[in-house]
Amino acid sequence: MTGRVHSIQSMGTVDGPGVRYVVFLQGCNLRCSCCHNPDTWRVNEGTEYTAEDIVSRAIRFREYFGREGGITLSGGEPLLQAEFAREIFELSHKAGINTCLDTSGSLLNGNVKALLDETDRVLLDIKYTDDELYQRHAGCRLESVLVFLRYLDEKGIATTLRQVIIPTLNDNAENVTRLKEIAKAHKCVDRIELLPFRKICEVKYKAMSLSFPLADVDEPTSERMTALRTLL
Amino acid sequence: MKHENWNGFNAGVWQDEINVRDFIQNNYREYTGEPSFLAGATPRTAALMKKVQNLFVIEQQSGGVLDIDTDVASSLTAYKPGYIDRENELIVGLQTNRPLKRGVNPFGGIRMVRQACEAYGYTLGRNVEEEFKYRTTHNDGVFRVYTDEMRMARRSHVITGLPDAYGRGRIIGDYRRVALYGVDRLIAEKKKDKASLADRNFDTETIQLDEELYRQISFLGYLKEMAAMYGYDISAPAKNAREAIQWTYFAYLGAIKEQNGAAMSLGRVSTFFDIYIERDLKAGVLTEESAQELIDDFVIKLRVARHLRTPEYNELFGGDPMWITEAVGGMGEDGRTLVSKSSYRILNTLYTLGPAPEPNLTVLWSNAMPESFKRFCAKVSADTDSIQYENDDIMRPVYGDDYAIACCVSAMKIGKQMQFFGARCNLAKLLLIAINGGYDTTSGIHIGPQMDVLSGDKLEYGEVMARFETYIEWLSRLYVNTMNVIHYMHDRYAYEKIQMALHDTDVGRFMAFGVAGLSVVADSISAIKFASVRPIRDEAGFITDFETVGDFPKYGNDDDRVDLIAKDITHKVITELRKTPTYRNAEHTLSVLTITSNVMYGKNTGATPDGRGAGEAFAPGANPMHNREENGALASLNSVAKISYDDCRDGISNTFSITPDALGHDEESRVTNLVAILDGYFAKKAHHINVNVMNRETLMKAYENPEAYPNLTIRVSGYAVNFCKLSREQQREVISRTFHEKI
Repeated sequence: MTGRVHSIQSMGTVDGPGVRYVVFLQGCNLRCSCCHNPDTWRVNEGTEYTAEDIVSRAIRFREYFGREGGITLSGGEPLLQAEFAREIFELSHKAGINTCLDTSGSLLNGNVKALLDETDRVLLDIKYTDDELYQRHAGCRLESVLVFLRYLDEKGIATTLRQVIIPTLNDNAENVTRLKEIAKAHKCVDRIELLPFRKICEVKYKAMSLSFPLADVDEPTSERMTALRTLL
Repeated sequence: MKHENWNGFNAGVWQDEINVRDFIQNNYREYTGEPSFLAGATPRTAALMKKVQNLFVIEQQSGGVLDIDTDVASSLTAYKPGYIDRENELIVGLQTNRPLKRGVNPFGGIRMVRQACEAYGYTLGRNVEEEFKYRTTHNDGVFRVYTDEMRMARRSHVITGLPDAYGRGRIIGDYRRVALYGVDRLIAEKKKDKASLADRNFDTETIQLDEELYRQISFLGYLKEMAAMYGYDISAPAKNAREAIQWTYFAYLGAIKEQNGAAMSLGRVSTFFDIYIERDLKAGVLTEESAQELIDDFVIKLRVARHLRTPEYNELFGGDPMWITEAVGGMGEDGRTLVSKSSYRILNTLYTLGPAPEPNLTVLWSNAMPESFKRFCAKVSADTDSIQYENDDIMRPVYGDDYAIACCVSAMKIGKQMQFFGARCNLAKLLLIAINGGYDTTSGIHIGPQMDVLSGDKLEYGEVMARFETYIEWLSRLYVNTMNVIHYMHDRYAYEKIQMALHDTDVGRFMAFGVAGLSVVADSISAIKFASVRPIRDEAGFITDFETVGDFPKYGNDDDRVDLIAKDITHKVITELRKTPTYRNAEHTLSVLTITSNVMYGKNTGATPDGRGAGEAFAPGANPMHNREENGALASLNSVAKISYDDCRDGISNTFSITPDALGHDEESRVTNLVAILDGYFAKKAHHINVNVMNRETLMKAYENPEAYPNLTIRVSGYAVNFCKLSREQQREVISRTFHEKI
């Protein structure tokens, strides 16, 4: 089947373990205020590809994957095209390629569950550990992400918890401690990544005539990031 | 045969014949462990390096040249011994009587030497001028024979950088032979070879070889004299590690005193040295610290090696390079790795002495190499941007396991093969000449078969390709013939006595041709084929610009539609070159390598159908054009990997710059990912890669404020340079290159 792709990066080193072929799928159900890819939001844009086409392209890079690397589906929100994503992962597995899903975990239905059956690792983006912030800055409930995480735990799917650290919103010890507690409560989580909020995406907002909601927020300093990471 | 200085070594045929490989195979110890054994710089090393650093600063402040001895033509015994700090040097010997003072070497051509002296405020000495009034130089010889067409090709820059006015270089003497056998044994063997010629018919070939042997033997004598001036008798084999390194260095020093070849590469000495170091460690006369000191001191000597060049030469080969290329690592034919502790030690000099472009450390990468060594290399790359990688798994089947790299990417069996260096032809310009029916709009020169300018409002793919092939055929023959003239004359008037004395008498020869502008041509042909290219004509009707409408696949995106155009062109070029016989039956080879001349080639080339403007720089080597890569770093690597090493046996150069953030979150993952990238790229049968892990901002800061970055080293095209030594134009081009960043 076909799906909509925003872009492809043949060398991803920061979206999952090792060297990865990263496919950014088009379309997102959330509107996070810190989003650095607003151009992936609309579901009807992007380029149409078949799953076979995606995987045959990824296969050309198999030699670089080493022991850890493979394919990553990111977005946008790959769960919006769960059937397409599942087919990509199925074909990847047939070709011996490790699969990784970068998601907000905001949906869980039959198609998503079928996709997770073919997923070797999930990068679960828990945006906030506070429901109020979650609703205000992502348009989603914290609980739906926790439901998703519990399902991953049940299925024993290796999970990396990720969170973008945004000054004034979640760059505090309480939040990181709560994140750590969530991780502890789920055996499937073997890694937590704190990523610094970045503003290089402002040009994209400008180009799309959108206002960047966090324009007034500073990027966190590397000292702050180190301090928060030591809490993990 | 036996010698007491060989005590403790395993016996082998190496004792009865000149066979360094056999000695290595019978005696080296592979090392598959971690780098934790390495020692740092001793206070002695640090103090010596400090002195050298200060000299570098003064050299830079003096306009790039510290001093020139203009009074005598450089040769092995022309200067009194020189030292950096006599009491504290472990390995001795300088090219002239003072560090960084350059000698003059007019054997390649006196005009270039004169110009070089003048460019730095000196005048070539009267003695030298007088002597060379009555001597034929290589350059004189070439221009006595060059045809009008050869001169035109040169003047229009369709073939450029030819070694017709300077030493050709790209020959690696087996400098290790001096250490293993001592000079007397080498002389005796060469005398035997000379005597055995008596049975042959004395045709031109034999007479030439016979005279060459005479000259080799005579210069081996001078080599002994040169060493004696420093108080060493190198007639016998080296008896310990220090002597092995010293003897080897003397041999190399003799070569660079005698020749100012473009690339004066070292070979593959570290694992050879390791055998002596292991023997001394075992005997308790050396410690890890003192072993590292010996390697450090040797490398300091290599870092102060200099040749005198003209500013025009620097435009082609920027950054004052010598290409003292040392091949490190690789695998042996028996499956053991050739990585030894000294492979680590020589890379460790980038820490003990700091990053630097020389020696040109080149890791022969095999997927079978120990993981710990791969990781160490990746770490050194990320920390210093000073090493390059070449694919041992595709070279070893061709050259065995005792080959080295001359210059940037030219493989050859050490002491058994040499090459006739041939710079490169400008394929992008050739395409424009073909379209214009034998007219070069940039130089205004008519050259090649004369035909009508292509007509019509749109360039037709079939028509352009047929034209282009016709001109490739024409240029290939001219190129081979031009090279034949150059190398005949170089052998005659600037023969490499010492280097060839350190080769087998029966030597294999390559004639190395090259192409520049491959990515420009591939994209231009792709534009003609997949988009619509309208030629724009000047008043005289010549095509000087293009209007390209529509999208087309671009080289560097792992798209076969265009990548195979690049592959097919190189295949066509080498196939055509092979049709014209070479001087001394050398084997034709081809490289895709530009050094820093991609800037100059671009400057001399009009606008091209791919959208590149007139005068704009080409991408270096086999790199895709800057910023046309849309699918990330690996897609770019895959495109380059498609060019066949069988077609391009003289090497396919790729320079890869990536920001630390794009390589991974932390040092650990950067190392892991870089190893995976190298493993993957070479599994794709790619040949070469330079790795820079840096941010563009660093280069921009160094561009604005060079004094603050005196040691900033970057890989450019088969070699590394001190960024501040590049011309402003070359610096800007390096900054404009694609830096792979995360999205």
